[in-house]
Amino acid sequence: MSEAEIKNLEEQFEAKIAADEKIEPKDWMPEKYRKTHIRQISQHAHSEIVGMLPEGNWITRAPSLRRKVALLAKVQDEAGHGLYLYSACETLGISREQMYEDLHSGKAKYSSIFNYPTLTWADIGAIGWLVDGAAIINQVPLCNTSFGPYARAMVRVCKEESFHQRQGYEIMLSLCNGTEEQKQMAQDALDRWWWPSLMMLGPTDAASTHTEQSMKWKLKRKTNDELRQQFVDQTVPQADILGLTIPDPELKWNEETGHYDFGEIDWDEFWQVVKGHGPMNKKRLEDRKNAWENGAWVREAATAYARKQNDRKSKSA
Amino acid sequence: MKPIKELNPTFLTQEENKEHLINYLLETADNYLILGQRLGELCGHGPNLEPDIAITNISLDLLGQVRSFYQYIAQLKANQTTEDDIAFLRKEREYKNVLLVEQPNTDFGYVIVRQYFFDVYNRMFLNALQQSADETLRSLAFKGIKEAAYHERFSGDWLKRLGDGTEESHHRVQQAVDDLWIYTDELFHSTASSKAMMEAGVAPDMLQLREYYYEKVEQLLETATLKVPEVEYFQKGGKKGMHSEYMGRILAEMQYMQRTYPNSRW
Amino acid sequence: MKNEIPLWEVFIRSKNGLEHRHCGSLHAEDAEMALNNARDVYTRRSEGVSIWVVESKHITASNPDQSAELFEPANDKVYRHPTFYDLPDEVKHM
Repeated sequence: MSEAEIKNLEEQFEAKIAADEKIEPKDWMPEKYRKTHIRQISQHAHSEIVGMLPEGNWITRAPSLRRKVALLAKVQDEAGHGLYLYSACETLGISREQMYEDLHSGKAKYSSIFNYPTLTWADIGAIGWLVDGAAIINQVPLCNTSFGPYARAMVRVCKEESFHQRQGYEIMLSLCNGTEEQKQMAQDALDRWWWPSLMMLGPTDAASTHTEQSMKWKLKRKTNDELRQQFVDQTVPQADILGLTIPDPELKWNEETGHYDFGEIDWDEFWQVVKGHGPMNKKRLEDRKNAWENGAWVREAATAYARKQNDRKSKSA
Repeated sequence: MKPIKELNPTFLTQEENKEHLINYLLETADNYLILGQRLGELCGHGPNLEPDIAITNISLDLLGQVRSFYQYIAQLKANQTTEDDIAFLRKEREYKNVLLVEQPNTDFGYVIVRQYFFDVYNRMFLNALQQSADETLRSLAFKGIKEAAYHERFSGDWLKRLGDGTEESHHRVQQAVDDLWIYTDELFHSTASSKAMMEAGVAPDMLQLREYYYEKVEQLLETATLKVPEVEYFQKGGKKGMHSEYMGRILAEMQYMQRTYPNSRW
Repeated sequence: MKNEIPLWEVFIRSKNGLEHRHCGSLHAEDAEMALNNARDVYTRRSEGVSIWVVESKHITASNPDQSAELFEPANDKVYRHPTFYDLPDEVKHM
């Protein structure tokens, strides 16, 4: 193809997205679109899978049977969401195995929030309330993103996730209505998860490299800072209902803007965790690698068995 | 399905019968609890996403059954005992699960073999329980049997894949079969309570199904190209509350919150 | 050894009377496992009463480059649609 032809195709492609038409896997797409989507969707999938680990840490210790089944179902949903997203990504011509390899080698990233430890049961509440809360804000707009398989996966994810945040908030409510000790546990969890949750919505607009292109392709509808403001605005009243204090002395309602003002985020911590220096980075990757490597003989067995069955079938035919 | 026998309406008004029924319910439900707990350990660590999700489904089914059984016990006790008191606040010797279900998740082969050995039993058991003289048990069995049938299908399919897969998988899963086989017999042991319930038509006579169980399991092992182990002695004790050393740790983990923060609501 | 597990497409009938609809994909080594996996992954919330699975490689898809010749010729066959025919408003049930 000549350069002019490619340019023409690109223009048609961008016009299609601008007109809210979806792009499907076999449609022509600019290489950059493919690459960006592989990066973002696989990162999203990895976040679901690695995200199972901090919460999985409490499945065996959940304090009641009701909480245990709810948590199990929630963590299982995350496996399902990872699966939907990996499948969506595979339509772009990359295998799940390759994506795992990229995760294990550290080449691919996942959401940094999962590099913090879950120290008490209240952390399970805080994760559901705050981390899922922030995730929903990020994810809902993706149901209308331009790449068809991603948008469809997200519709399913968002539908299933509707119980996750409620599950977390209900845990917090029980703790806050409980003994003094339980309430302290809840406050401690909020203290530890608040700032990482704000960071989860991504670097500030000034430091974000992808925003403009992502907006055009509908991978983003709002900037990171707008999303963060939305998160703070919706979460502060929820904390009030719980009777908990958000660990930010600068947090206050701004009558003029109609939003909450909040304090400076420690971006140095954020970048350190992204670079692999969070408290749990090593352990999370190790757990994922172990699961995959320890499962190798199982996957090989299933492949060998399927081959044998096929051979037997064709012989008897 | 119709009950084999109608339950005498005054049966449960006698303390002794009620006590036996409660024990019998624990002997059943504790298996679900401990196996569900063991499977819960695996969530997020499976050999691939699909089997990870499937194993969690089984765990959820079992824990669902546990809750129904414990709620029934709570109702029989009528003294404000809750399902969670029963699940979390007993001492080790008071748990009546068989030794099989507390065995560790050594590898995926052990998980599948343990599951299959239990599933075949559980399906036969629930099938027979659908004719219990006790109405609540009939309805619990009716719900559980569909789940159990699927569990057996899942674990049986995997057992064939691992047995007849690669040399390595064959070797590993044979090892699991050899190690876990000695725990199968206990599934069929009767206790004072199960005998009393059998006489009342509440419990099925599992001893009658023992032969059929081994026929079925041995047949699948053969299909999976696996050898049936020869054993001289089967292990037992769980039903009497004499567990393996694993049990204390399972409980320490499971009961951690309830023990650390007594009398709290979650 | 590079061991890539085959990809399958999953179609689910949500209730009798409706068609099977594509709902996603998954990996499985054989058809039996694909069916079990589909049940475990895609019907956790009672989404289905029947499942079809087909290995993705067996699907033949039309080429988007040929969309014009395949689908556009239908656009001007307006006489295939009821609104093409003018009838007076008094005519009912038609």
